[in-house]
Amino acid sequence: MSARSARPADPAAPAAPLLSIRELEVAYAGRARARGRTVIHGVDLDLAAGETLALVGESGSGKTTIGNAVLGLVPVAGGRIELAGRDITRLRGRGRRALAREVQAVFQNPYGSLNPWITVGTTLAEPLRAAGMPREQVRGRLERLLDRVHLPTDALTRYPAEFSGGQRQRIAIARALALEPRLIVCDEPTSALDVVTQAAVLELLQELQAEFGVAYLFITHDLAAVREFADRVAVLEAGRIVETGPSRTVCDAPEHPYTRRLVAAAPVPDPVLQRQRRAARLAAAAGPTPGALSPATPDSAA
Amino acid sequence: MSSSPTPRRRPRSASLTANPVATVALVVVALVAIAVALAPVLSPYGSNEQDLAHIFEGPSAAHWLGTDSLGRDVLSRLLWGGQPTLLGVLAAVVAFVVAGVVLGVLAGTIGGWVDALVSAVADILMSLPGVVLILAILAIFNQDLAPAMIALGLLGSGSLVRVVRAAVLAVRSELFVSAAIVSGLRPGRIMARHILPTVVSPVIIQASLFAGAALAVQSGLGFLSLGVHPPEPTWGGMVGEAAANLAKAPWLLTVSGGIITLVSLGFALIGDGLRDADAARRRGGEVAAPRTVAAPAAPAAATAAAADAASPGATGAVLEVRDLVIAFGGRPPREVVRGVSFEVRAGEVLGLVGESGSGKTVTTLAALGLLPPGAAVTSGRIVLAGADVTGADDAAFRGIRGRRVGLISQEPMVALDPLFTVGSQLGDVLRHATDLDRRQRRARALELLAQVHLPEPAAVLRKYPHELSGGMAQRVAIALALAGDPELLVADEPTTALDVTVQAGILDLLRELQAARGLAVLFVTHDLAVVADICDRVVVMENGEIVESGSVDELFARPREAYTRELLASTPNLVSTT
Repeated sequence: MSARSARPADPAAPAAPLLSIRELEVAYAGRARARGRTVIHGVDLDLAAGETLALVGESGSGKTTIGNAVLGLVPVAGGRIELAGRDITRLRGRGRRALAREVQAVFQNPYGSLNPWITVGTTLAEPLRAAGMPREQVRGRLERLLDRVHLPTDALTRYPAEFSGGQRQRIAIARALALEPRLIVCDEPTSALDVVTQAAVLELLQELQAEFGVAYLFITHDLAAVREFADRVAVLEAGRIVETGPSRTVCDAPEHPYTRRLVAAAPVPDPVLQRQRRAARLAAAAGPTPGALSPATPDSAA
Repeated sequence: MSSSPTPRRRPRSASLTANPVATVALVVVALVAIAVALAPVLSPYGSNEQDLAHIFEGPSAAHWLGTDSLGRDVLSRLLWGGQPTLLGVLAAVVAFVVAGVVLGVLAGTIGGWVDALVSAVADILMSLPGVVLILAILAIFNQDLAPAMIALGLLGSGSLVRVVRAAVLAVRSELFVSAAIVSGLRPGRIMARHILPTVVSPVIIQASLFAGAALAVQSGLGFLSLGVHPPEPTWGGMVGEAAANLAKAPWLLTVSGGIITLVSLGFALIGDGLRDADAARRRGGEVAAPRTVAAPAAPAAATAAAADAASPGATGAVLEVRDLVIAFGGRPPREVVRGVSFEVRAGEVLGLVGESGSGKTVTTLAALGLLPPGAAVTSGRIVLAGADVTGADDAAFRGIRGRRVGLISQEPMVALDPLFTVGSQLGDVLRHATDLDRRQRRARALELLAQVHLPEPAAVLRKYPHELSGGMAQRVAIALALAGDPELLVADEPTTALDVTVQAGILDLLRELQAARGLAVLFVTHDLAVVADICDRVVVMENGEIVESGSVDELFARPREAYTRELLASTPNLVSTT
């Protein structure tokens, strides 16, 4: 396996982005009488080779939809998605299948993303066989892949049910890595995992990025994970990007009110500090900022 | 991370053999089918070989199943007659499966107008008068059985179309299908490898049930001498002959009716067995999820920690758990909680922290008398609000739950009954937990909703659960838990499914209620950041044992045990710790 590209000097400003999204609009088709509903409104994003861009937002913000649009799993209503300068917005059929060599995915739920009826080896071989790799070479490649994600090679002949959540996510990562893509869309890859496992999986992803120079579009609701894992972050609210920037900057000094609300609401694993943060949040809510979250403001039925 | 030494296990295999009745049915049907297929070899006489000297004879060495009105050997006729009968059933089942699978897969895969058209066809098939059509087809095709049975299969396939369509739609939304698309697989391969295998089970189930129905229809046609020309035997025809001679030879009906009953019953039992096996497999697939998490246990540390948790005086404890051991049945019993001791005092929030499989949820369920079937407290004590409830029966717990202890869970929507309004559910709980009359209950319900800061409580009372957002639903669940004015609130991952801003609101609310009512809260979670926000003291569990416990400030600042340190180090922090 060889790295295709190295991390750029300045991740905050990708000059020639690997992935470029312009004015993206996605609408869910309405059935019969109901009209289609636009869920993504003019989103712009740039992701450099070898970079991790986090897409953070609450449920219903459209973060998964953007990932699915990049993967070609939902139809795009407007705008452009380019990969290394090539328009992939509405790629279908043979062209979309060929794109598997460039763009891959790790999904949120490792219990759902592996077919329970076929062995891990068969699952991992699928992208390689689809890309035309001769059968004789596949086996050797699979063993190297499992080694990369720190799983024993006897995993190949076993079924997903025999693995824990963390192990399954490693298998899913191995599948995404099989074709040495330049971009992996990671849709909440750790949110179904226990905290220790979660840390180990994120560490593995970082290790693989250093080795292969793969870029991650990292979709999550967890700002704390963003700060530790991502180079840059785009904050999504109701299908619009409200703030982008280096993840430490955005997490430490959020500018947009929505980002500020997210940061203030996220608890930190330090009781003393958390008491101060809570007091500050409640004071801010009671103070001059109208509409901010307070104990007396119930969550709107959005 | 190493894989567990679990034995190799194919998810689908060996599912039917676990059901002895279905296995026996399968063997019997298979034996009958083989014997019928080998009729030319096995049958002792020709199917129409008459022996008028020996009519209506009972079973004998020469005629194992006796003879009929023309002295023909019943066993031979049964074997020969099985051929048109079972071939007819086979034709019907093949037509049923082909039509059902092809149409169902088309509808489920392409969707749109194809789906609408196929669904309409399925509806029409299901509403056609089958028997009339089959009689007409027999007339048109000059009493040829094959077209009639194929027509029967097609007419019956409407239900299978629906089953297959639903199964395909369900599997198409699975993440592994998305993953296959992203992997660059061709649609044909995704269909063959990922979609069709999941519809195999429902199709086999439906087909075996339909085979029974087809056998009944086939026998009915034979009884009416339709489809096959006498004297050639069919099972249904033999029933007809036996019925005509019922007074002279009741035995004949036993044989011909018996074989039809035997095979129909066989088909039905096979179908039922497969359905049970399929359901068990689906359940197993979900339950089998997190098992292979293995980490070194620290028994010495656990006992030390347990002693620490036990040290404060027992006075003021709303919930007291002492040396609790919980085991799941089986040989040998599996202990999932071992020697756990802690207490929750009035006015404090105790965090029970651990990863999946640590035993935190089972411990909590035991305190509520809600242990799942198969699990039991094998030793230790649980004292709730001064009363020893260890091993109390369900009736005793009914008086405790709601009045002394309230529960809020991870999924508020699960706690709420989708069929009833918020007001109706709150009213029910209040009627059970208090002596208020109807008018007072409504006033109390409004008061409770106001206490959990829901706007316009009167409007919320009229709402159904699906009209509430996740955060609102959790607030309603809290109001329900507080309705009986309990001393202890058990909160099992109450914010895990919620967005972070909604989570902050719920935690604020719990803090406020705890302060205002002096409520004791047992807060079960895996999230140390949430623990830091809401808990006063914390108990860390791993592999069914307590690893460490103490005040939050102490435990976060100076964790003593390696496992606690690992948990803390693994928890991502939004604020720079350097």
